[in-house]
Amino acid sequence: MAVITYREALNQALREEMERDERVFLLGEDIGLYEGAYKVTAGLLAQFGDKRVKDTPIAEEVIIGAAAGAALTGLRPVAELMTVNFALVAIDQIVNNAAKMHFMFGGHATVPLVVRMPAGGGHQLGAQHSQMLDVYFAYVPGLLVATPSTPADAKGLLKSAIRDENPVIFLENEALYNTRGEVPEGEHLIPLGRAEVKRQGSDVTIVSHSRAVLWALEAANTLAKEGIEAEVVDLRTLRPLDMEPVLESVRKTYHAVVVEEGWPQYGVSAEVAARISRDAFDYLDAPVARVGGAEVPMPYAKVLERAAMASPRAIVDAVKSLRQRTGS
Amino acid sequence: MELEREDLLDLYYYMRLSRAIEERIRKLYLQGKIVGGVYCGDGHEAISVGSAYTLRKGDITAPLHRDMGTHLVRGLSPRQVFAQHLGRRTGPTRGRDGNVHTGDLSVGTIAMVSMLGTAIPVAAGAALAFKIRGEPRVAMTYIGDGGSNTGDFHEGLNFAAVLDLPVVVVIENNQFAYSTPLKRSLKIRDIASRAQGYGIPGVVVDGNDVLAVYHAAKEAVDRARSGGGPTLIEAKTMRMRGHSEHDDAFYVPKELLEEWSKKDPIQRFETHLRSVGLMEDSLRSEVNRRIEREIEAAVKFAEESPYPDPSELTEGVFKPPRPSLHIQPRKAANL
Repeated sequence: MAVITYREALNQALREEMERDERVFLLGEDIGLYEGAYKVTAGLLAQFGDKRVKDTPIAEEVIIGAAAGAALTGLRPVAELMTVNFALVAIDQIVNNAAKMHFMFGGHATVPLVVRMPAGGGHQLGAQHSQMLDVYFAYVPGLLVATPSTPADAKGLLKSAIRDENPVIFLENEALYNTRGEVPEGEHLIPLGRAEVKRQGSDVTIVSHSRAVLWALEAANTLAKEGIEAEVVDLRTLRPLDMEPVLESVRKTYHAVVVEEGWPQYGVSAEVAARISRDAFDYLDAPVARVGGAEVPMPYAKVLERAAMASPRAIVDAVKSLRQRTGS
Repeated sequence: MELEREDLLDLYYYMRLSRAIEERIRKLYLQGKIVGGVYCGDGHEAISVGSAYTLRKGDITAPLHRDMGTHLVRGLSPRQVFAQHLGRRTGPTRGRDGNVHTGDLSVGTIAMVSMLGTAIPVAAGAALAFKIRGEPRVAMTYIGDGGSNTGDFHEGLNFAAVLDLPVVVVIENNQFAYSTPLKRSLKIRDIASRAQGYGIPGVVVDGNDVLAVYHAAKEAVDRARSGGGPTLIEAKTMRMRGHSEHDDAFYVPKELLEEWSKKDPIQRFETHLRSVGLMEDSLRSEVNRRIEREIEAAVKFAEESPYPDPSELTEGVFKPPRPSLHIQPRKAANL
């Protein structure tokens, strides 16, 4: 199996879906000639021409609004926003238009639309360029949210997202574009709504998504050296949220730590912890622990930024304090 | 297309039907049968009917809250209108939404969203789809004087202009954005002059003259269909009632309403039809009877229709995944 980067895997998914279905087209800022701020659309203008790779003015509301209109009338647009931070300018089109059209039409219209954008921080880009914001979208009935952590998942989830009949918010992660991994060639589909155990273990369950999965795996390696075997579950999509592998794992390990890159208050970890408490309460030896970013706008200085972000170290500490508490 | 006798009588019929339906909606509102927001297009009938009448099957419109006429011309039936307003299962949104928040792609309408201006990017997107597929189809949408100040208005028009999209945007300048008069929200005299800023044609038209609206819209639609890009049409009129039925519009000077009631678009068109020998008392009575019959039957249908079943509450939030994905759910994932 070929080893490629997360960026190349996304590019492969776009290329294959555009070859497979001529209704698929791309629109966004600087995605054509410039091939995207993060080069995910490299080579696509050259291969498919400017009818199917549309550079747009810097105007996020119209990018999403026009994508919704094109989706309603039979095309399958994949919109790129330069970063999730800019999605806030288009949140009205995403939440009030794209997410509600199917429902407001009484179910007889569909909006097969994908909005791709990188999220996450860690590059000293400051408060307005380092946000995760995944819960903004996962909160809304009518939106599906994918947050791949590996190149293989990036490809498989993006292909499924493009084939889905619903609006899908596809959150890439800036820090993952250069990560490498084995990716199946050709038809490789990962259904939306299927979490995956990324590492097996018997002592503690670490639940995570997007970049936090990598931190969880690194933490698991550290813990293994101390004789603690962590099981790492990758949610992969936030809506649909597939809790079954999480609950199955907790029923085996009796301990759960939920990790996210974003702010934990009202966050993904809050939802997952609530569900574990509801559905696996009798199996828990301790309250569910949560690890996330510090509750501050992301600072610029490296030492501050590092202190504000979740990390493998923070996960290791959380696991240890959880186990200390239960004396295991 | 030159308007034939049948077309002229159609325009008249749709304007009358639009107003009569809204009169009946108001009655049902006062009886407490329709609740929530009720928005009426009194005085706007020439704009909604005249513009929509230029469209063909396959074209797309995204009407706003004063555009009952557009819905009717495109093919929404009075039965659907009342079932929608009364929140019945037989309405086009099956009780999911109310009043004018309805669309039906099979007749080419997109449901409106309360955030004004946001329909312009959506219409531009529909037009983009037509252009990508090389289809001679047109997208038309509407905006008010107030809504023309939103970012979406600008983003949508600029996008449509840059990409040469087959879009027609009709501004219904009715002089009030809820309670805010024009002079407090706009520094310019003609909103159509903003078209210059996008490099597209901008046209001002008498919004109470259905033939003038029709001809301006026809020219714009023809241009869009033949690849000439978007047009901004400003139809000047007056909002003859409050913003919605809970608003008595105390802030609108009485003289202004008196002045504009003399220019009522339906009365005016009727006078025109009489002057060219196409309208007489017997025909007028016939149209009245037809509309009355249709509305009675529609209200009866709606009132006898069932409400939606609460057990279907979560239906229609998501479209189930395509079978081609071969998803074998391990367990129904909680959407």
